[in-house]
Amino acid sequence: MKKSVFFGALAATTMVAGLAGATTLDDVKARGELICGSNTGLTGFGAPDASGNWTGFDVDLCRAIAAAVLGDAKKVKFVPTTGETRFTALQSGEVDLLVRNSTWTFSRDTELALDFVAVNYYDGQGFMVRKDLGVSSAKELDGATVCIQTGTTTELNLADFFKQNNITYQPVTVADDSEGQRQYLAGACDAYTTDASGLAASRATLPDAENHVILPEIISKEPLGPVVRHGDNNWGDVVRWTYYALLIAEEKGITSANIEEVLASTTDEEVKRLLGASGDMGVKIGLDNAAFKNAIAAVGNYGEIFARNIGEGTSINLARGLNALWTQGGLQYAPPLR
Amino acid sequence: MAFASDAPKDGFRLSMLIYDTRYRSYTIQIVVLVLFAMAVAWLLNNTAQNLAARGKEFNFAFLWQRAGYDIGQQIIPYTNDSSHFRALLVGLINTLVVAFFGCIFATVLGVVIGVLRLSKNWLVSRLMTVYVEIFRNVPLLLWILLTYVILSETTFQPKDFRLTDEMVAAGQPPLASMMFFDSVAVTNRGTNIPSPLFERGLGTVDLGFLSLNLTLLAVIAVIVGSVWVNRRILASARVTQEATGIRPVTWWKSILVLFAPIIVLLVAMGFHLEVPTLQGFNFKGGILIAHSFTAMVIALTLYTAAFIAEIVRAGIQAISRGQSEAAFALGLRPGRTMNLVILPQALRVIIPPLISQYLNLTKNTSLGIAVSYLDLRGTLGGITLNQTGRELECMLLMMLIYLTISLTISAVMNMYNKSVQLKAR
Repeated sequence: MKKSVFFGALAATTMVAGLAGATTLDDVKARGELICGSNTGLTGFGAPDASGNWTGFDVDLCRAIAAAVLGDAKKVKFVPTTGETRFTALQSGEVDLLVRNSTWTFSRDTELALDFVAVNYYDGQGFMVRKDLGVSSAKELDGATVCIQTGTTTELNLADFFKQNNITYQPVTVADDSEGQRQYLAGACDAYTTDASGLAASRATLPDAENHVILPEIISKEPLGPVVRHGDNNWGDVVRWTYYALLIAEEKGITSANIEEVLASTTDEEVKRLLGASGDMGVKIGLDNAAFKNAIAAVGNYGEIFARNIGEGTSINLARGLNALWTQGGLQYAPPLR
Repeated sequence: MAFASDAPKDGFRLSMLIYDTRYRSYTIQIVVLVLFAMAVAWLLNNTAQNLAARGKEFNFAFLWQRAGYDIGQQIIPYTNDSSHFRALLVGLINTLVVAFFGCIFATVLGVVIGVLRLSKNWLVSRLMTVYVEIFRNVPLLLWILLTYVILSETTFQPKDFRLTDEMVAAGQPPLASMMFFDSVAVTNRGTNIPSPLFERGLGTVDLGFLSLNLTLLAVIAVIVGSVWVNRRILASARVTQEATGIRPVTWWKSILVLFAPIIVLLVAMGFHLEVPTLQGFNFKGGILIAHSFTAMVIALTLYTAAFIAEIVRAGIQAISRGQSEAAFALGLRPGRTMNLVILPQALRVIIPPLISQYLNLTKNTSLGIAVSYLDLRGTLGGITLNQTGRELECMLLMMLIYLTISLTISAVMNMYNKSVQLKAR
């Protein structure tokens, strides 16, 4: 009995060591499924619809990566994570990557041993208040009660903002967006603060959206992007370049609709490399040569993803703003695919 | 057994470790110990390896860094410039305060319900049975959420207390008004009560990690002193009564001793109440008791009281009928029989299980995060853990603190238990 326990323990140790040794890319391929850490439910960015299918801006990036790695955008399992559990879920290997409105900061990049591989949405923190409060600027919020999601950078920005402006507030700490909305609607707080995009998404789901305003102040920089574990650089490259492929596709005017047409007629060498018609870009990062083409065909280019989920005309109605391509005055810029 | 005395005397053989009853128990114990040590060593080694693999080191230096976040409910001073350790203290005190009030109220309510459950009045005893069964069979978390939602959704918003010019013109009163001579306001965020202020307070003494409020200490000292002197007066009255048969009149002495010193002290320090007033978004001044706190205390009290009621009932039923019959025979009324004969004896049975209810209640305070009550779990195990990413350190520290609190409660209650146990004479 003593022996069998010992060998059991030994076998378990070896297995753990074995798991740690394999790269995430190999794991995903072997599993035949990508596990993506997503939001618990933020309309437009990542939320299950009425029939349980996940949709949203962040969700589409996960689907693009699944299409690039596994050739099928449906082979994704979404694991909802809260602001509190997300990084632990990623570090412990419960999810392969995290695409859920997570802000790139120094300490998360270094101390938490994570890698932010790109910025898929440039955001900033804002405030939402009821119109009948008569507040037109966040600086008029002296003495207000503010609902704030715990475990987020917004918590720290809020403290800094009120301190800088020499005004006071009473925080009400909530666990996630839905609890924040509930408290805000019940009047337990005067203002709700989170990323401006998240506020727009929350406001879109309110029954009386016209009675709520998002204040003009943006009090922080919130570069949101996909996160992977530090140290697995190849997997980081896969995520990063799949994202850039979606940007390059928008830049070159390739959409999910015209992709075959472009592939047949193009004379642009970069487009050919992107779509796998020349060079071996996909193979170089351990994927298929048609990986990027699959990704674009499955979810469309960055502009399409934006317009479909959160763009003007959707209920969330966000302008491209900072997230326009660099050629149109925005910050979205992909390095050359060469 | 007769064979055991005939055991062979020809020295020690290895097989005797298993087949000889004299050694077998040692063998088993040593094997179990070795297996246990191996399991612990494997766990520690695994943790260390995985930490190393992620490039994380195990240390508590983060506790002295600036916390950077704000806490809604704080009893000791705290700002976002304070350290994570200070945030830990704020959370710990919030935990202890809820546990303290919860234990007191739950005990009072539990004893009353436990006694009433044995009432001869059919309706009363059935009502108490319904109470106990409902409260102890629904998860505590749901009670906490329910209480919080009731408190926050049935009360008025602060702005409903405002009297606008249009209302004055129309002769309308505001939607909501303050209670108790305009000194207490219950809003959907909390209860605003007046706070005691002193114009000439004694100030505070800073002891590094915590500052002592001398004014509060002086008030406590005077009250304790008054009560002690009053007891002496009553004791000497009793001595006189026993010696002469006449009890001297003491009521005016008691009133004088109990109230005069504290009133003199309060007047000397310039005591006055600061009444909360509506300014801007919220009431300012006074003390805000957040609904998250109230909901926690109410829910913990109601839930734990159901268990305590059962313990009290069991304790009372453990006392033999003969005791109450003897008391009735002496002419004691039922109320006095309960207070003087049954309950003191029942206490011996009640206290040991009561200790575990106190421990449960204290540990259950960690559910406070559900209603945004920032206790130890909310500060150290919630925000600090998240902002620093030190899961292992925070969790271990939190477990250690809860363990310490529980062992302390347990030790104090055990001491009390010893003092009420039947003394062997």
